Amino acid sequence: MNRLIWAAAIAALLSACSSTKLDNVPVEDKSGTSVTQAAVDPNAGTGVGSRNVTGVATGDAGSVAAMMATNRVVYFDYDSYAIRPEFQPVIEAHSKFVKADKSRKVAIEGHTDERGGREYNLALGQKRAEAVRRAMGLLGVAESQIEAVSFGKEKPAVPGSTEAAMEKNRRAEITYR
Amino acid sequence: MLKRHLFILLAGLLCLPAFAQFRVEVSGVGLTQVPIAIAAFRGDDAAPQKIAAIVQADLERSGQFRAVDTSGVAMDENARPEVSTWRQKGADALVTGSISRLADGRYDIRMRLWDVVRGQDLGGQSYAVVTGDLRLVAHRVADYVYEKLTGDKGIFSTRIAYVTKVGPAYNLWVADADGENAQSALNSGEPIISPSWAPNGSQIAYVSFESRKPVIFVHDVATGKRRLVANFKGSNSAPAWSPDGRTLAVTLSRDGGSQLYLLEATGGEPRRLAQSGSIDTEPTFTSDGKSIYFVSDRGGAPQIYRMPASGGSADRVTFTGTYNISPSVSPDGKWLAYISRVSGVFKLHVMDLATGTTNAITDTTADENPSFSPNSRLIIYATHQSGREALMTTTLDGKIKARLAGQGGDIREPDWGPVQK
Repeated sequence: MNRLIWAAAIAALLSACSSTKLDNVPVEDKSGTSVTQAAVDPNAGTGVGSRNVTGVATGDAGSVAAMMATNRVVYFDYDSYAIRPEFQPVIEAHSKFVKADKSRKVAIEGHTDERGGREYNLALGQKRAEAVRRAMGLLGVAESQIEAVSFGKEKPAVPGSTEAAMEKNRRAEITYR
Repeated sequence: MLKRHLFILLAGLLCLPAFAQFRVEVSGVGLTQVPIAIAAFRGDDAAPQKIAAIVQADLERSGQFRAVDTSGVAMDENARPEVSTWRQKGADALVTGSISRLADGRYDIRMRLWDVVRGQDLGGQSYAVVTGDLRLVAHRVADYVYEKLTGDKGIFSTRIAYVTKVGPAYNLWVADADGENAQSALNSGEPIISPSWAPNGSQIAYVSFESRKPVIFVHDVATGKRRLVANFKGSNSAPAWSPDGRTLAVTLSRDGGSQLYLLEATGGEPRRLAQSGSIDTEPTFTSDGKSIYFVSDRGGAPQIYRMPASGGSADRVTFTGTYNISPSVSPDGKWLAYISRVSGVFKLHVMDLATGTTNAITDTTADENPSFSPNSRLIIYATHQSGREALMTTTLDGKIKARLAGQGGDIREPDWGPVQK
């Protein structure tokens, strides 16, 4: 129980820190697939209080929009693909959510900082996304429900070349489509 | 033939004016340059494009010519030059010509090339084209001069592709080799990377993120029609054409990790090219179609490797440094251009493949994505200059560089198209 409270507190804290994250996710998608539209329903994304976050962390069947409002970003060290222990609760919360409904699909989007080539960074971002995918797989999420993709350095969360910006850009985002 | 006007009519998905106005800024001094005088074409004053100026910029950008001051003198193709006068000015060669409007609204362009050392007429050309093709004609004139005087194939009438980012808008452009005359092939709210010309010069493969993941399209530049050729689970990227245009080498993560596959250019089921527990990406075919160069971190850090195009064991090609990426092999098979991280900065390098000798040929620090001209004499690449992403061309020795400097936004991901028949 203690662990759950701790997880929820960290999740709430981190989601507060990264409250702009949702802005990075384009709300309009020209591909127009029904899966994508469901994930970015603007009406469902509002009014999620901390209670809902706690509920999700305990494994209740929350909505996709509620999960999108929780913390869903895993940050990585420079040149690293190892998931730091403080992000394990985030991965656990999302794994529980995905496992609760076999029709749910989760996408893990890997990102890098701006240094180096575009294609090689795409491969590095893929490595980060797959690290999160594997961690979710270990928690019992079916392979068919997860897709690991990469944006390389194309979609920085924070613009700029400072170390602080680059720290925020080395990440994997857990999203629902 | 000159079908560019058709391209212009058909290709414009968007009828945006070409926003990117480019300037050639030549710096550096080459050792063996042909001094050439390009007289103003008779009728240039009244023409919508200054043919002589375009020809001169092309030849200077090649690094193999040095323009001799003509003091603004205009000479047409029928004038017999006073060779001693031009020799005194230091010229070895002279280009003369004219441009005049035809009754049907097209332009008649004629030119002649003179060897003023020997006092010899080296021949001429004439063209009748619509206004939209005047720049192309100027590039063809430059190609003619270049071929006559160097014996090499001219590449000024080829096209390049590149990507711009202006705020949230991404555009894939097709432009003349000097960066001018840009036409938008695709505009998107999501990133576009890795454009790659098909060997026939009519299609471009590229990676688009418009469906919230990287997928590969093959896009017909004349019609604007495109086909989604790789949209497998995970990431789809780094398309490279085989020289016969039938096959794409690509990087897919559908079986876990970034790995190399071959794919029919029309799509279909990919064939795995290699299997490693590490990153394999950025494949590129040699022009004989026999080998593929690619990047792998199988040795612990990204290095460039070469393997048979049918798969098989790979040989490591780069040994200096801990980050060597983005290989581009010259069409003549003699040179490898790539990006190497040296003391924390990213520089364009050229390796002589016969000897393994490498040289860093830029003084910039964020070079990316080199691509050879079809005659193997120039490299186009992306870099950062004055806080902006810009495109440059350089000779292989790095001595003559030209910035294709656009206005507004970032310019990146260049790919040099083939010589068109």
